[in-house]
Amino acid sequence: MSFKTVERKPLSFAERTYVPQILGGLKTTFKKMVKPNETLEYPEARPTIPPGYRGVPTLVKDPNGREKCVSCQLCEFVCPPKAIRIKPGEIPADDPTAHVEKAPQEFDIDMLRCIYCGLCQEVCPEEAIWLQNVFSLSGYTREEMVNNKAKLYELGGTLPDDHYKWDKKKAAEEAGNGGH
Amino acid sequence: MIQPAQPELVTVFIDGQEIAVPKGTNVIEAARMVGTDVPHYCYHPKLSIAGNCRMCLIELGMPMTDRATREPIMDEATGKQKINWIPRPQIGCGTTVAPGMHVKTQSPMVKECREGVMEFLLINHPLDCPICDQAGECKLQEQATGYGRGYSRFIEQKNVKPKRTRLGPRVTLDDERCVLCSRCIRFTQEVAKDDVLGFVDRGSYSTLTCYPGKELENNYSLNTVDICPVGALTSTDFRFKMRVWFLKQTNSICPESSVGVNTVVWSREGVIYRITPRRNDEVNDTWMPDSGRVLYKEVQAENRLQPTGDPASDLLATATRLLQGGAVAVVGSGRSSLEEQFLTAKLARQLHAATFVVGRTGAGDGILISADRNPNTRGALVTGLISEVPGDLAALGREIDAGKVKTVVSVGEDLSAAGLTAEQLAKVAIVYLGSHANATSAAAQVVFPTLTVFEKSGSFINQQFRLQKFASAVPGLTGATDDRVVLDQLVTAVGGESAGSDLVSVWRELAAGIPGLADLTYAKIPDTGLLLADDTWSQLTFPEGESLHHQPAAAETTA
Repeated sequence: MSFKTVERKPLSFAERTYVPQILGGLKTTFKKMVKPNETLEYPEARPTIPPGYRGVPTLVKDPNGREKCVSCQLCEFVCPPKAIRIKPGEIPADDPTAHVEKAPQEFDIDMLRCIYCGLCQEVCPEEAIWLQNVFSLSGYTREEMVNNKAKLYELGGTLPDDHYKWDKKKAAEEAGNGGH
Repeated sequence: MIQPAQPELVTVFIDGQEIAVPKGTNVIEAARMVGTDVPHYCYHPKLSIAGNCRMCLIELGMPMTDRATREPIMDEATGKQKINWIPRPQIGCGTTVAPGMHVKTQSPMVKECREGVMEFLLINHPLDCPICDQAGECKLQEQATGYGRGYSRFIEQKNVKPKRTRLGPRVTLDDERCVLCSRCIRFTQEVAKDDVLGFVDRGSYSTLTCYPGKELENNYSLNTVDICPVGALTSTDFRFKMRVWFLKQTNSICPESSVGVNTVVWSREGVIYRITPRRNDEVNDTWMPDSGRVLYKEVQAENRLQPTGDPASDLLATATRLLQGGAVAVVGSGRSSLEEQFLTAKLARQLHAATFVVGRTGAGDGILISADRNPNTRGALVTGLISEVPGDLAALGREIDAGKVKTVVSVGEDLSAAGLTAEQLAKVAIVYLGSHANATSAAAQVVFPTLTVFEKSGSFINQQFRLQKFASAVPGLTGATDDRVVLDQLVTAVGGESAGSDLVSVWRELAAGIPGLADLTYAKIPDTGLLLADDTWSQLTFPEGESLHHQPAAAETTA
């Protein structure tokens, strides 16, 4: 091993008095005393969630109250930690949304597995799964930490729809081929 | 081994690559031989050529000759014969190879043709892939990736056609997804011989439909679902059950009859979702009967034999005591695998017991269900379990009545269904190995719960004496034991020597003990099966009639 001896610079007079350093520190202290608080009295006070925040994944309904998920299982496929579990099913023929044909019978997201990556939201062709602004989840048991279909819709609520794709489809189906 | 006749070869050039293909091959198949995929919808190797989807358009050229003298015209730059390219694209499926033919499958014109066809196909397509069962195995999806535009230029109203239509008891039709390839129509005409499907209306209003008052209800209807390149025809049983990309595929053999249809079992996490045919040009082409596709339901059937909770050693001890009492008869099964039949025969030899196999016959349909409903009758002959074509158990019944048999070992056979009366069953002690509860398991002193054909590996010998293997698709029921293991334990318990119950060990014994199987191992059996010599049994009369790719020996001699 080879050593290199480094010359230490001798302290100046001002440095030896410590006064400039103390004053510099006090300046920061007084500045912060008059500035508004940056901490929050959590959980009474809650932070504002910026748009695009990736919180707990939820299922949403469209403004007409239709459950948007059609259980295509793409989120289940793409989910890196395999947190999503779907049992697809058929919508009964007497249902007003029977023309959508397919809806999940069961939809579970294991929040102990979820890594909040948002791939499920990105892959969803129906814009049915959204990571919204709930960020803190807790429970006493592992079962409690699995969000089932009812819980997911409760968390998700209703989001605006830009397309009403299935309503248009139904309207076209009812209108028929006009003239033929 | 029977060698097929060598076909006459024709040399063609696919994208400049020279290949010799059998005469009569079309361009799609020739391209497949050089590893080039020519996209297509209506073409199917086992159906007639329709040439209506126009997706397989290719550029075609023949070597140029002088019209007057028939002299080849040479290209001075390359020193080779000039190629006379046809200025317009040709369909690959309807073009048979000719000597010296040149084909371009990747040229700009071909690519443009494919993009044009795709754009027209997608104009009226509903694009409901998220709810379509075909998603993941849809040709339209696949080709849209390669030749799709990515967005639609079509701003008019899309065509509306019937959706969620019941076409038959097992098939659901979504007409909007149909690309009018007519594969299903040709299948019902040519293979199923039940001509019920057809197109009505014209142009973009063309619609697939059933003949009025009829349904697509023949026993081969689900093959139309398999060959449908899009999601128009879907299986009502599999509808919305699971996306195909989650499913694991396991090669299997259909146990429905002695035809030995090659199948693929699709499962996810130990649950089977569907069974589809696997192509074997010597056995089932690409078809299978509908009745064979629902057999997976036996895995989770209500009457599945559950382990009783007794320790396995107790069961074995009771069984051993019964077997050592002497006067044993062994009832093997034509549904057992070759390996199990071999161990059954070994057990019978060890016990000096008479062996029986229950014959199971029904009407054959002349296509893929034969009269012999045991998948492995030939296996029982090859392993020496029996030497005659099996019938009923009348002989066993007489021996029981005469008091000559005190204990019966049944390998999965319901003795009362095979003709023994309840009184006869009451006279004997029964050791039953089986997967499902029945009258015999209820009457049995010892019951070993065993596995279904989907949970174990083994091999069958079909009506052609073709040895075919199947692999376990899903793990066995908890507490149930593989038949091979139980039989091997019984052999050991009554003083026989065990060489191991795993496939490798059993096959070492099989190869050593059976002349027809010398030098074979389980791993050596090809996926499409191995034809065995059947000279030894040529005197026997089997119940099978003629079926696809099978002529019974007797019929051959009279013909």
